[in-house]
Amino acid sequence: MLDALMLSRIQFAANISFHILFPTITIAMCWFLVFFKVRHDMTGNPVWMRAYRFWVKVFALSFAIGVVSGITMSFQFGTNWPGYMETVGNIAGPLLGYEVLTAFFLEATFLGIMLFGIKRVPNKVHTLATVLVAVGTSLSAFWILALDSWMQTPTGFEMRDGVAFPTDWVAIVFNPSFPYRLTHMLIASGLTASFFIAGISAYRILKGDVKKAPRLTLKISLLVAAVLAPTQALVGDFHGLNTLEHQPAKIAAIEGIWHTEKGAPLLLFALPDEETKTNKYAIGIPKLASLILTHELDGELKGLNEFENEHPPVAPVFWSFRVMVGLGLLMLALSWFGSYHMVRKGKMPNWMLKVLVATTFSGWVATLAGWYVTEIGRQPWLVTGVLRTEDAVTTLPASNVAFSLALYLIVYTFLLIAYIHTVFLMARKAIKEEEFETNEPQPDGNLTNINNPQDTAEGSAKA
Amino acid sequence: MMDAYWLPVIFIGLMGLSVLIYAILDGYDLGVGILLPMGEADEAQRDTMIASIGPFWDANETWLVLAVGIMLIAFPAAHSIVLYHLYIPVAIMLIGLIMRGVAFDFRAKAAVDHKLAWDRTFKAGSILTTLAQGYMLGLYVMGFEGGVTTHLFGLLSGLGVTAAYSYIGAAWLVMKTEHQLQQRAVTWAKLTGRFCLVGVIAVSIVNPLVNPGVFDRWFDFPLVMFVLLIPALCFTAFLFNDFLLGRLPKSDDRHCWVPFCLVMLIFLLCFSALGFSFFPDVVPGQMDVWEAASAPESLSVILIGALIVVPVILAYTAFSYWVFRGKATSLNYH
Repeated sequence: MLDALMLSRIQFAANISFHILFPTITIAMCWFLVFFKVRHDMTGNPVWMRAYRFWVKVFALSFAIGVVSGITMSFQFGTNWPGYMETVGNIAGPLLGYEVLTAFFLEATFLGIMLFGIKRVPNKVHTLATVLVAVGTSLSAFWILALDSWMQTPTGFEMRDGVAFPTDWVAIVFNPSFPYRLTHMLIASGLTASFFIAGISAYRILKGDVKKAPRLTLKISLLVAAVLAPTQALVGDFHGLNTLEHQPAKIAAIEGIWHTEKGAPLLLFALPDEETKTNKYAIGIPKLASLILTHELDGELKGLNEFENEHPPVAPVFWSFRVMVGLGLLMLALSWFGSYHMVRKGKMPNWMLKVLVATTFSGWVATLAGWYVTEIGRQPWLVTGVLRTEDAVTTLPASNVAFSLALYLIVYTFLLIAYIHTVFLMARKAIKEEEFETNEPQPDGNLTNINNPQDTAEGSAKA
Repeated sequence: MMDAYWLPVIFIGLMGLSVLIYAILDGYDLGVGILLPMGEADEAQRDTMIASIGPFWDANETWLVLAVGIMLIAFPAAHSIVLYHLYIPVAIMLIGLIMRGVAFDFRAKAAVDHKLAWDRTFKAGSILTTLAQGYMLGLYVMGFEGGVTTHLFGLLSGLGVTAAYSYIGAAWLVMKTEHQLQQRAVTWAKLTGRFCLVGVIAVSIVNPLVNPGVFDRWFDFPLVMFVLLIPALCFTAFLFNDFLLGRLPKSDDRHCWVPFCLVMLIFLLCFSALGFSFFPDVVPGQMDVWEAASAPESLSVILIGALIVVPVILAYTAFSYWVFRGKATSLNYH
């Protein structure tokens, strides 16, 4: 029987893993929508509005799931981890508070105008509402990543009677790992949204959509990914160096280094074994890990032996890292290859479209893998050096936690299936929608064909 | 120290304000969900009802996050106790909120033959959320004492809150819809208003009986002369609303907004009465706001932000309601 600690950890992991899927899409997708809308306002070309109209529906659906799963998150701290707020509440509280005050209300309120207000407000106000939703989602990322980074590399506080008190808010927000983690996550969101848009656009083309909009969104998303993928590799490298400085145990787990060594190899494959403290079937490139992390062939990397009982479980961190990097490289190759085809020829071979459909949700997997590296890599600490995970957990009976966990797992599985199913269904519906290429957009930004009966309408019988 | 005294008081005020705004705003949209008619012929009315809350529900729900957030931030010790006792109902409420929120979007985007299923999900989610919230309110009022009475009172309170949310939801529909649906909403408002009155009376009787402190506070002469104005006003509002609803809809749709305002007034009065019963306790009978508060240096840093941001939030919330003023029309994505 699992105890309340393990169940609470599984529940938190399940909740936050499910939740992060949707913000990862919406943070960047909203900026794509801003781009489509602004391009439409500037050029008056209706194809931008069509791109906007299709993706805003996907955005609305993703955003709704993000909101409701986020509400669940806001209760998790209190329900399952009372020790967390009791110990570091003076720091975590204000950061979460500012997220609600500056981000949640902004995005939630202007979302209404963005989704349903286009005919009720002047076009400029609608564009502004879209921008404000995008700002809101990004601000939300700012605050929550500030808090997560502070838990990884806490600064700007002092301990009094076992409770953390803030001494320097700038140092708390801009703690050592924050700039790297925030950039890394925002780019991850950009890549996730790009591959999502590319995958669904490719799906529409494969299913016989002859319109311009999916080709346009395919090209734009691949170009964005082609820029972001190499940038992400660079940012990831800086992030890794920062982690080596502040959380060397995490790096030792990532690289699978059991004993401090000079000239450590970069392991491509291995089965780390906690019992014997060795790697089985290791295949690696000699000295490369040392070169990457210390910029010297014979640089010394600290091994897990230096952090007896203070280091994270090795295998999940080791493997998640390789999944993340592997997918990153795949995304780099696909985006460059795809961009080349779209820019030079304006189209791409069918097999390539199929590959893009298959990688529609590759960003999800890479993002989750990345979060597993950094969050499991922080264990056994909840807040590095301040609070252990096991000391923060609830005293509730395990059966209560098992009950809620079972509820969440059922609902999340169902929602995930429904979401993916519905997104592809929306893509198929969009193929059948007619376009009125002849209709000119009107000065107020409204299109004369907005009321065409093929439109999917929120809250109407026509849906 | 001034800070240590006043900051917790200010924050319990802010938290109370968030809870009240949440109960009114998410109250009406949950109420609309509860009232959703599920008949074959009712699809068009369901569309209009859901359209009337479409632009708002997301922001409305955020007030709950703010309320819980303030409790988490300002009163972490109370937050731990409250959520420890309410673990299961909170989980059920969250499942209800998830069902309700996603059904709203899925119903418009899923295949046509799934729409009815999502509408059912929407209704079920709204009911589940409301019952769970009412049950939690009941347990809170009883100070989380164990025993059958507490759970029975929780159930009673669950039904009461369901009636209250339906009442405000129906009043919202009277204001935001027209024709047949509006007439239906008037009938719903009359019926749920009477249930709500019974619920309020029941809680008003039980609360001072089970909490001796509350009894003393309410019937403490000479204050009693003043505070009894609250139930008196509340009762008058109920009666007047019932009378008015009997005459709606009027020609030119005059006064269609009055019931909603009256129900808001009733919510405000009931909430003040609860607040008056328990202040300064944040967990009734166990912990007051000063014992539960976090460090003044943390509270002051949020207070500065809150004082700047909350008025801005209220301003753009008002702007959003102004943009979507008038009768609800079907919601089209552009």
